[in-house]
Amino acid sequence: MEEKDVYRELSSIRDLMERSTKFISLSGLSGVLAGIYALLGARFGFRAMENLEDLDPNRPDVKDAVVFLTLIALAVFILSFVTCYWLSMRKAKKRGENVWNPVSRRLLGAVGVPMITGGLFIAVLLMQQQYFAIAAACLIFYGLALVVASQYTFSEVKWLGFAEILLGLLALNNPGYSVIFWAIGFGILHIIYGTFMHFKYER
Amino acid sequence: MKINLDQFDKAFENRVRLQIMSVLAVNASYDFNALKDLLQVTDGNLASHLKGLEKEEYISVNKSFIGRKPNTQYAITKKGKDAFKKHLQALEKLIKQQK
Repeated sequence: MEEKDVYRELSSIRDLMERSTKFISLSGLSGVLAGIYALLGARFGFRAMENLEDLDPNRPDVKDAVVFLTLIALAVFILSFVTCYWLSMRKAKKRGENVWNPVSRRLLGAVGVPMITGGLFIAVLLMQQQYFAIAAACLIFYGLALVVASQYTFSEVKWLGFAEILLGLLALNNPGYSVIFWAIGFGILHIIYGTFMHFKYER
Repeated sequence: MKINLDQFDKAFENRVRLQIMSVLAVNASYDFNALKDLLQVTDGNLASHLKGLEKEEYISVNKSFIGRKPNTQYAITKKGKDAFKKHLQALEKLIKQQK
């Protein structure tokens, strides 16, 4: 065996250890697109809230606005998820891998716990008409999901998660500006993160 | 420069075997199809190397069914982990000696 073979062997071992425990088919572009969807959603959301005089949950126009905002948030979430799945699949295929592998299953399983808990938490807030905390709950539970996810994918995801949690806490403390915090967390941070990841790993 | 191979485990001489051990060393278990995708080898090639490692008692096999599809999970054994560690140490030592 030659010396350079030893190096090749060791680097191949390291590479396999990494690829078999981390899901690296996540694309930076899907972060950018998710950010754009969120900013568009926030724009429509702002417009729906502009005309409201106060946030009395018993007023019919407030109820309509809440339904509208919920639908926008759901649409942003579903669109982002589909985009992320589709781009990951494309990236995995390009590398000759299967997007559905033990690591992606583990990733989804781990992320599922905070995401589903968060979804139920927000559903309860809606039922209880505690609207002031909804944007904060979205940010905090999503941030927790990202911190968990970082164990199974790029470690940079962890910092995005911490930033989302921090924004969520700020939103909780400033409920009047919660849509702005929501737009920063889901819109601007995703675009910054996606751009950074694209240039770091995909160029 | 030629290197003395005395300390190397014969079971790891083959590249695919070493790759299988690398994956199993950092995962609680891995299934056959996922290994095949990851290492990009043929069914027959992978199966024969897995059998070889099983014979050495470096890995354990757990066969089951998910629905109607057979699902075979492989895991590293204590013996396998020790052997793999020793092999890595031998590789590292080689590099150090040459510096």
